[in-house]
Amino acid sequence: MTSALGSAPAGSDTTSRPGRGDPRSAARPHRKRWGRTVRWTGWVWVLPALIMYGIFVLRPLVLTVQYSLYHWNGIGAARWAGLDNYLTVFTDRDLLKIISNAFILIIFFSFIPVLLGLLVASLVRRITTGPAGTMVRTVLFLPQVIPLVAAGIAWSWVLSTNGLVNQALRAVGLDGVTRAWLGEFDTALPAVGVIGTWVMLGLCTILLITGMSKIDPSLYEAARIDGAGPVREFFAVTLPSLRQEIGICLTVTIIAALASFDIVYISTSGGPGIQTTVPGLEIYRLAFSQRQVGLASALAVVLMALVLVCVLPIQRLTRGEK
Amino acid sequence: MNLTTRSERLTGRIFLIALVVVTLLPFLSMLSAALQPRGTVPTGLAWPTDPQWGNFVDAFTAANMGALLKSSALIVAGVVPVGVLIATMAGFGLGHLRVPGGHLAFGLLLLGLTLPFEAVVTPLYYQMRDLGLLNTRWAIVLPLIGLYMPFAVFWMRAHFINVPRELSEAARVDGSNTWQLFWRVHVPLARPAIASLTILLFLWTWNQFLLAIVLVDDATKRTMAGALGAFQGQWGTDLVLLCAGSLLILTPTLIVFLIFQRQFIKALLQGSVKG
Repeated sequence: MTSALGSAPAGSDTTSRPGRGDPRSAARPHRKRWGRTVRWTGWVWVLPALIMYGIFVLRPLVLTVQYSLYHWNGIGAARWAGLDNYLTVFTDRDLLKIISNAFILIIFFSFIPVLLGLLVASLVRRITTGPAGTMVRTVLFLPQVIPLVAAGIAWSWVLSTNGLVNQALRAVGLDGVTRAWLGEFDTALPAVGVIGTWVMLGLCTILLITGMSKIDPSLYEAARIDGAGPVREFFAVTLPSLRQEIGICLTVTIIAALASFDIVYISTSGGPGIQTTVPGLEIYRLAFSQRQVGLASALAVVLMALVLVCVLPIQRLTRGEK
Repeated sequence: MNLTTRSERLTGRIFLIALVVVTLLPFLSMLSAALQPRGTVPTGLAWPTDPQWGNFVDAFTAANMGALLKSSALIVAGVVPVGVLIATMAGFGLGHLRVPGGHLAFGLLLLGLTLPFEAVVTPLYYQMRDLGLLNTRWAIVLPLIGLYMPFAVFWMRAHFINVPRELSEAARVDGSNTWQLFWRVHVPLARPAIASLTILLFLWTWNQFLLAIVLVDDATKRTMAGALGAFQGQWGTDLVLLCAGSLLILTPTLIVFLIFQRQFIKALLQGSVKG
C-alpha cells in the first residue's frame, strides 16, 4: 500500500547475473546480445500508451499554453496577446474572486473531512470486521461511487426551500433560519462546500481508520504508561503515524476542490452572481459561451500551476520520513 | 483506564453511525420525493402515504434509459479494455523490461498525474472537431484513454517493478519470447493489479461529466453522468421526476458496486494511495 515512487528496483540487470549452472553459462554470450536487443525493442511495449498520452494530453496541453498567449474567439484569426491574458487573470476582480472561491472550497473538501475523519478514526481505531464493519465501509464509500452530478442533484434537493435541511430546522423551531441555501449570496458557497464535504468525508474516514489499524497498539500502551491523556496521545502517537494517510487525503481532496466542476455546474451553475463560480466552470464558460479561448486557456494554465503548488509540498512532507 | 477507553470507543461508534446516517439521508430524501404523486411539491423527507412506484417507469421513458445504458456501455467497452491493455504493456516495459530511457517516459507521464481535465478540454474540443469526431462517442473514448495513462501506467509499473526478474530469466531459458513471457507469466501474476485498475477505469469513465458535456451534444451518446446532466436540464422543474430519474441513473453503478464491493473498496483505497 505504500507509494511506489521511491521503491528500489527489485532485481538488477539480467545480463550481469552470474550463471548458476553449466548450461546457462554456456548460453551467456548469446543471451547477452539477445537481452540488449530486448531492452531496446522494449519500447514497443511503452509506445501505445505514450502515443495516446501524447496525442490526447501532451498535444492539448501545449496548445493550451499556446492559446493562452493569443486573443482568439475560436473562429476567426488569432491575435498575439503576449502575457495579456495572464495579466487579466491576476488583476480582474471577478477572476480573482473565482480563484479564491476554489481555495475556500478546500476548507470544505479537504480540511473538514480530514479533521472529522481524524476524530472518528482516533476514537474508533479499527472498524469491527464482520458484517457491521463491511456495511459501514460500503455506505461510507457510496459518495465515491456515484457520479458527482448525482451528488449535486441530491444535495440541490436537500438544500432547497422545501428540502430536508429546512424541514429539520423547522422541526426544531428554527423557522427563521430556513432559506434557499444554494440560492443566497452568503450561504451559496458554503452550501456547495458541504456537498464536497459529504463526498469526501467517507473516503477520508476509511483511509484514516485503515491507517490507524496499522499502528502498533504497544505505542498507545507506552503513551498511557507515560501518563499521556487522550489529547497528548493523539499528537504524540496518532498524528505522526498517520502522516502518509493524511497526506493522501489532502492530496486527493485538494485536487478535487481546486479542479471542481461537476458539483458546481449542477447545483448552482456558479450563481448567484459569481458567488460559487470556480476556475473549472469559468474555463468552460469563457471557452464555450464567451468565446474568449485565450483567456480561458490562461486561466487553465494558472489552475494547473495552482494544483501543483498546493500538492507538491504535501508529497514532500509525507515522503520525507518514510 | 479501561473505562475511559470504553466510553471513547462508544463516542467513536456514535460518530460513525451518525456519519452513516448523514451519508444515507440524501438518498432517502430523493427516494421519498420520487415516490410522491407527480405535480405535487414534496417536502424533504416524508413517508409517502401512497407511494407512486410508477414514477420510475415514467422516468425510465423520459430519460430514455435504454439508450443511455447502451451508450455508457459502449463508451466503457471502448475505454477500459484498451486502456488497461496498453497501460499494462507500458507498465511491463517500464517496470520490468526497464527500457533504456524509460525514466524519461515515466517522468513525462507523471506530469499528467495531477492534471485537471479542464486544462486540456478546450484544445481537445478543437482537436476533435478537426478530426470530425465531435458528437460521436469516439470524442469521449479516445481522450479518456490518453488522460488515464498517467495513473494507469503508474499503477501497473508499481506492480511490475516488484516482480522478481529471475522469473523472466527462467522463462527465457525455456525459450519463450517476450510476448509469450508477458501473456503466460506476467499477466496472470498481475491479475489483482489489473482487476483494481479495471474497476477504477470503469468507475471514472461511467462518471465522466466534463468531456461528455463539452464534446457530445446528444445526451444519448454520452456517459451516464453526462446524460444525467442533460436530464436535469430538461426536467429540473419536475422535482418528482428528476429524483426518480436520478435514482434510476444511479442504479447500474450501485448494483455493480454492491456486487464487487470488496474489490471496489480495495481498488479505491489503493487507488487513492498510489494516485
